Amino acid sequence: MDVRTRPSAVLASRWGWRHAGRARWAVDDLDLRIEAGERILLLGASGSGKSTLLAALAGVLGGEDEGEERGTLLIDGVDPARQRGRSGLLMQDPDAQVVLARVGDDVAFGCENLGVGREEIWRRVSESLAAVGLDVPFNQPTSALSGGQKQRLALAGILAMRPGLLLLDEPTANLDPHGVGEVRDAVEAVVRRTGSTLVVVEHRVDVWRHLVHRVIVLGDGGRLLADGHPDAVLADPDGSLRRAGVWTSQRPPEARRGAAAPAHGGEVLLDARRLEVGRPRAPFSAGPVDLGVRHGAATVLTGANGSGKSTLALTLGGLIPERGGELRSSPELSAGAATRPIEWRSRQLLTRIGSVFQSPEHQFLAQSVRSELAVGPRALRLPQPEVTARVDELLVRLRLDALAEANPYTLSGGQKRRLSVATVLATRPKALILDEPTFGQDSNTWVELVGMLRDLRDAGHAVLAVSHDAMLAGALGASEWVIPAGGHRIRAQVPRPDRAATQRISP
Amino acid sequence: MHATTENIAASATRRPRNLRWRVVDIVVVSVIAVAAGVIFWGWDQASTPVGAPIQAALPGLQGIINGPWLFAGVLGGLIVRKPGAALYAELVAATVSALMVTQWGALTLLSGLVQGLGAEIVFAIFLYANWRWWVALIAGAGAGVAESILDLTVWYPGAKPEFAAIYAVTTTISGLVIAGLGSWLIVKALAKTGALGRFAAGRETTARI
Amino acid sequence: MSIVAAVRVGPLNRVNPVAKLGAVLVISFVLLATIDWVSAAVALVLECGLLLAARLPIRAVLRRTVPLLIAAPLAGATTVLYGQPSGTAYWRWWLIEVSDGSISLGLATLLRILAIGVPAIVLFITIDPTDLADGLAQVVRLPARFVIGALAALRLVGLFMEDWRALELARRARGVADGNAVRRALGQSFALLVLSIRRGSKLATSMEARAFGAPVNRSWARESRFGAGDWVVVALGVLVSAGAVAVSVAAGSWNFVFA
Repeated sequence: MDVRTRPSAVLASRWGWRHAGRARWAVDDLDLRIEAGERILLLGASGSGKSTLLAALAGVLGGEDEGEERGTLLIDGVDPARQRGRSGLLMQDPDAQVVLARVGDDVAFGCENLGVGREEIWRRVSESLAAVGLDVPFNQPTSALSGGQKQRLALAGILAMRPGLLLLDEPTANLDPHGVGEVRDAVEAVVRRTGSTLVVVEHRVDVWRHLVHRVIVLGDGGRLLADGHPDAVLADPDGSLRRAGVWTSQRPPEARRGAAAPAHGGEVLLDARRLEVGRPRAPFSAGPVDLGVRHGAATVLTGANGSGKSTLALTLGGLIPERGGELRSSPELSAGAATRPIEWRSRQLLTRIGSVFQSPEHQFLAQSVRSELAVGPRALRLPQPEVTARVDELLVRLRLDALAEANPYTLSGGQKRRLSVATVLATRPKALILDEPTFGQDSNTWVELVGMLRDLRDAGHAVLAVSHDAMLAGALGASEWVIPAGGHRIRAQVPRPDRAATQRISP
Repeated sequence: MHATTENIAASATRRPRNLRWRVVDIVVVSVIAVAAGVIFWGWDQASTPVGAPIQAALPGLQGIINGPWLFAGVLGGLIVRKPGAALYAELVAATVSALMVTQWGALTLLSGLVQGLGAEIVFAIFLYANWRWWVALIAGAGAGVAESILDLTVWYPGAKPEFAAIYAVTTTISGLVIAGLGSWLIVKALAKTGALGRFAAGRETTARI
Repeated sequence: MSIVAAVRVGPLNRVNPVAKLGAVLVISFVLLATIDWVSAAVALVLECGLLLAARLPIRAVLRRTVPLLIAAPLAGATTVLYGQPSGTAYWRWWLIEVSDGSISLGLATLLRILAIGVPAIVLFITIDPTDLADGLAQVVRLPARFVIGALAALRLVGLFMEDWRALELARRARGVADGNAVRRALGQSFALLVLSIRRGSKLATSMEARAFGAPVNRSWARESRFGAGDWVVVALGVLVSAGAVAVSVAAGSWNFVFA
């Protein structure tokens, strides 16, 4: 069956879009031409309107009541909103793109919306699943799929519509390294087979560099900064790409502050012996683990999705009880409270262990950044002047002072992350446990975060991070623990002194 | 800059009312209703079953706790502002309850239908054009009235008039305060978080730069 | 407890969800029209017989009916205390008045709730949400956009429950889990609403990107058929109701609720 679709061409003339209720134009005066079958990598800092452009090409920007449009944007000479199904949009969040409960039904969804006949629908479903390499039965529950599988499922659903234009908006940002590879391979297979036009927005250039014909860089408000062959543009002669937060090479961006050299750390603050963990009322997750969280040192726990890393982090943080084995805190850490962290009251946790969750929104409690920072100190019943002093200090230290009165939910991704770390620091815990701190970050915010963590480590805090980010351990000079999939029997500690030693300390 | 912001906010509200449902309207109303269902599940998990026999012995005052179950419809209506929003929201919330273990099947569908109608009728009377706080209060009360009628028919059909009266009054007050005023306050707070960017309810409260 | 995994055993599995819904609604409306223990008892007996014939796993059924088995006697008790008084009065205190009339009303209430509730629950545990949506849109012809929008949102229940648990743990981590449980629950509820609206907006964009809501005549990948077996189920619902009414009228205990 021939699945080659008619690839689409895109033409933008002085195109602009302003969201309702905003003063700034998200994209203004954009002139762009994409030929049929071309593959483009679209780069730019946040605020450059990339997502807006992709949404417009997919025809989902919304009608007159949601914004104003200037100029023209055409796909094959027609307004995108009037030919739904000609373009397919794959977005960042795997969970937000699954529509139905069973795999086959979800892939069929797009076809149903286009009025395709029943037999033809199921034929396309089989083909599309094969094309993206997702070999699961039609009635497999979609909630049981991994992140990478969900993205491939969404891609199959798009492919079944036979679009001429494939739009990918940061498709691998929320995936672990394995998932990134899966999605990249699937996309490559699809475009080579169908020949459709491709526009990818992503920070991780290496993943897509060899697949695209052309790289376009957008600046503020959609201004065209660069446009040309990948090698030429990515050489980044004037450094504008690096400033825009793009990862331009295999080597990690260099953290500017702090030393990367591993600190051997002081005494153990938290001691886990043959610790076994699992969520309450759920099957056993991981263990047994022997682990010591030390003063002034960093530890990173890595492992594939589903290996129980987050559960381990929650247990070490004293938030869920141990399943087996023991977790003891040193007298220095417990400072008069019980030895097992789970027995501490919520207020006692504040000054001992600070937990930073993967999704900052889960931890927001207040209506403004300032009151958010004050929550911890207030819970400790500190006197008001002390509370104000701590809040002000953190606002400046983490560069959140300009946002002091803003609602936490309205902050950007990097700002939210800084805020969630700041709230934890307000009560000065000795140990910090972070779940996927570098998740979804571009290189600028990554660098910032790593620098912050190094500072904290050097100041004597114990830092433990759970992450599938392969570069984090090296950057923090941390000892690295690998948790195998399936979770059982964490093997002995795998320190990476060689990596840390060769980490360059930048000027 | 100040003048520009005012103009933008003003123009956002001056746009002609569009009463046709967009996809985002449908999905967000459904999602609010589903979240309401999960919230009820969460409250159920946290609360102790001790109170039930005590409640059973009250002379109609148990109506006072009925309010929270009514907020889905009013909230849906206030956010989306389209005809049928309150009814649809309550129906979906009821369906979630019907399918989850903790509630009693199709009986809740009936509940949802009636409660939704109670709020819907109020919004309709105001021609889907007035969304101020006192309309929210009346809608909450409307849902409360509707629910008390249903409960007195299904659960307490044999009750004496005093019980019925007290039950109806407490349920209505509970609806007015919790579902009506409560929902209106929730919408204001939600707007400040920026979550309602695609809705008029969100753009009215915050004129962003 | 997954709301997606329906109990897929027995002959009820192949019945169209719309038929099951129809049967339940018929029974509910008819029984709601009267308050007397005869009609409710007859209906309940017939229903239990039919449900046994449907060969559903007893333990699953019992587990799901437990809340009802608790709520029904409580409602009955309330009616015993506050029901319309008639006949000999046994006990009186303030507004409470236990009498012959209120006792029989209490019994009727209890049986009625069970008679309406039991088929409602049991039939629902065999319904798969996607099949129900297909049925409502194709057979009953409810507007497709609304039915599917609700179905897509329904799928998020599992995620929201995870969010709720994460919110709880986060509050412990932020130092505010020691105190007032009610205030905490309210804060968590608000946070869940924010998270859910965000997820919903993203889901809406995804669905629109897959051409949902486009001005095209929608087709259906899964056909929802309403055949003879489905009519049988609806007919059984009608028969149960009719039987209950007939016996009640013959016994003279029919008591119209709006009289």
